[in-house]
Amino acid sequence: MTAITNYFKSLILVELFRGLVLTGKYFFRKKITVQYPEEKTPMSPRFRGLHAQRRYPNGEERCIACKLCEAVCPALAITIDLEERDDGTRRTTRYDIDLTKCIFCGFCEESCPVDAIVETRHFEYHGENRDDLYMTKEKLLAVGDKMEKQIAADRAADAPFR
Amino acid sequence: MIEAIESALDFLPAGLVTLIIIVGKILVLVLPLMGAVAYLTLAERKVIGYMQVRIGPNRVGPRGLLQPIADAVKLMFKETIFPAKANRFLFISGPILTLAPALAAWAVVPFDDGLVISNVDASLLYILAMTSLGVYGVIIAGWASNSKYAFLGALRSAAQIVSYEIAMGFALVGVLVAAGSLNLGEIVEAQRGSLGIINWYMIPLLPLFIVYFIAGVAETNRAPFDVAEGESEIVAGFHVEYSSMTFSIFFLAEYANMILIALLTALMFLGGWLSPLHGVLPASLLEGEGVLALLLGDGIHWLLAKTSFFLFLFLWFRATFPRYRYDQIMRLGWKIFIPITIVWLLVAAAMVVWKIGPWFN
Amino acid sequence: MGLESITFYIFSAILVGSAVLVVSLRNPVFCALALVLAFFTSAGLWILLEAEFLALTLILVYVGAVMVLFLFVVMMLDINLAVLREGFTRYLPFGLGVAIVLVAQLALIVGPEHFGLEAMPKPEPHAADYSNTKEIGRVLYTVYLYPFELAAVILVVAIIAAISLTLRRRRKKQTMTPEDQVNVRSKDRVRLVKMASGNKDE
Repeated sequence: MTAITNYFKSLILVELFRGLVLTGKYFFRKKITVQYPEEKTPMSPRFRGLHAQRRYPNGEERCIACKLCEAVCPALAITIDLEERDDGTRRTTRYDIDLTKCIFCGFCEESCPVDAIVETRHFEYHGENRDDLYMTKEKLLAVGDKMEKQIAADRAADAPFR
Repeated sequence: MIEAIESALDFLPAGLVTLIIIVGKILVLVLPLMGAVAYLTLAERKVIGYMQVRIGPNRVGPRGLLQPIADAVKLMFKETIFPAKANRFLFISGPILTLAPALAAWAVVPFDDGLVISNVDASLLYILAMTSLGVYGVIIAGWASNSKYAFLGALRSAAQIVSYEIAMGFALVGVLVAAGSLNLGEIVEAQRGSLGIINWYMIPLLPLFIVYFIAGVAETNRAPFDVAEGESEIVAGFHVEYSSMTFSIFFLAEYANMILIALLTALMFLGGWLSPLHGVLPASLLEGEGVLALLLGDGIHWLLAKTSFFLFLFLWFRATFPRYRYDQIMRLGWKIFIPITIVWLLVAAAMVVWKIGPWFN
Repeated sequence: MGLESITFYIFSAILVGSAVLVVSLRNPVFCALALVLAFFTSAGLWILLEAEFLALTLILVYVGAVMVLFLFVVMMLDINLAVLREGFTRYLPFGLGVAIVLVAQLALIVGPEHFGLEAMPKPEPHAADYSNTKEIGRVLYTVYLYPFELAAVILVVAIIAAISLTLRRRRKKQTMTPEDQVNVRSKDRVRLVKMASGNKDE
């Protein structure tokens, strides 16, 4: 008996009509598309976007050239050279991140003992040649200077969970 | 109107005037058809987007209405790449051989009583013959590309088209048994009756109607029968090596064929340009000269509405069903559709012989 | 010269040209395509003779189905063209002999006394409502009913023979049958057994 009902069910294409009804319902559902440049999805303070180098409030750069980030970087995107400055502190002479290699894992930020290298919320950047995506120390510091307020606020928001 | 053009051009030799009028008729048909094809691509993206809770293209022009034009311009300015060791002559004839039959079939399609480029007696056969030629473009394109994916796609598509043509042909034989004519205009007029929708052939020939439309979907290589393209298995099948205009011509042909199948289904099973309101509203409302009578009575707008419905079904199917496996496609075509059509052919013939009403008396 | 004869000569020229190409081209795929063109143009010639049913069936059956399968086979063959050319001079005398005999036979039969304009006049053009299809159907199912049915039976026998020759049942077939999977219901497969729960201390 079930065999017969099943045969007729398959003959009148019940399953197919059910599928059509389902997609037909979705045709009239409210659409959930985000109109990107005008609308944006909310963003976490932990967002990993463009890198930046931070400074202390007195204007001194934070990085102490410990090379932890260079060691931890899984994509080998960071290159650091260093020397001792006249006042005896240890500072970088070169701090480069190749964004074409970077995988935005955030390990550099996690490993940094002085919160010098951070990843910001900024992700809408582009480069028209390879040099544009090769972040030197000056470029990183410039990004940091520009976005310091936001960076500090994000770190503060995330502090209770660290 | 044609007489007016003829008299305006009577300073030219008679043969030339005929030629001009024929070319003019063709342009009047082909240009709107190309526009319809372009906007069908937009409709497809929009409808499938809506069914996936997206909104589809909406950037170019108001609500994305200029998107097809942007696509066309983009494709025109791209480079046509010829694969190494491909046969250039056949590589170019592939898309041409796909498009030419797809457009040639439109020559005998009537849009209203007498509104047809060429009122051929055997128009149904002509359409079958023309659509059966479309497979050459696919095979030649697949072979001339000198690529294994293209070749596999061509083989699959050829086998599929040849098998479904049989079921499609049988379904059409049922229609012409019922109508007693090979002429599409006469087939539509044979469905005229006082009962409106009940008189259409989709009621007595329901299995043939369903088989014809599904076979039509398979014939145009559309989802869920799109193993010839199979973008997840053989990348894009027979047109994987094509770029630029050669690629877009395949698409023009595919969508022109879709519209043709939808239009033929409407003509043969849904009464073409006949109004569905016969039998519902009094006949005095449907005939005459007034605006209301024009809208409610028979006319090209009913045919277009029916065609749009079937085109929407094409898109709906694509958004709903997963792709058939190759052996399932063959099983469906040979073991299910062909027996169903043969059985119903006998039923239809019996109905005609015994004059079963309200269709055949 | 009217439009009809111009069309006739154009189509005939294409037909003869493509027929020559069928036997003279090197690549068998091109030969098959030339044959397709030959079929198509001869269908055009038939339409000039008001045989639209036969013409369209020629396209539908031969061009649309048979030649597609031919092309299939030819495309899948891996043909070495050099080998094909080797035997040409060796077989040339034999081929020429066969060709001469063929031409002689044709000349005997298709001479003007049998197929000249007197014996085979140009068919009278019919009225606009004349349907070639109806005529063929009438003749086929009345005068030639017996041969027609006989041909049908022979074709069916041929189909059955071809299927029974190639059909082989696979022993270890592992493909699934989707309808069996769809029709599975839990109560056919799972039996829920009610059992008293045991005591922990025992």
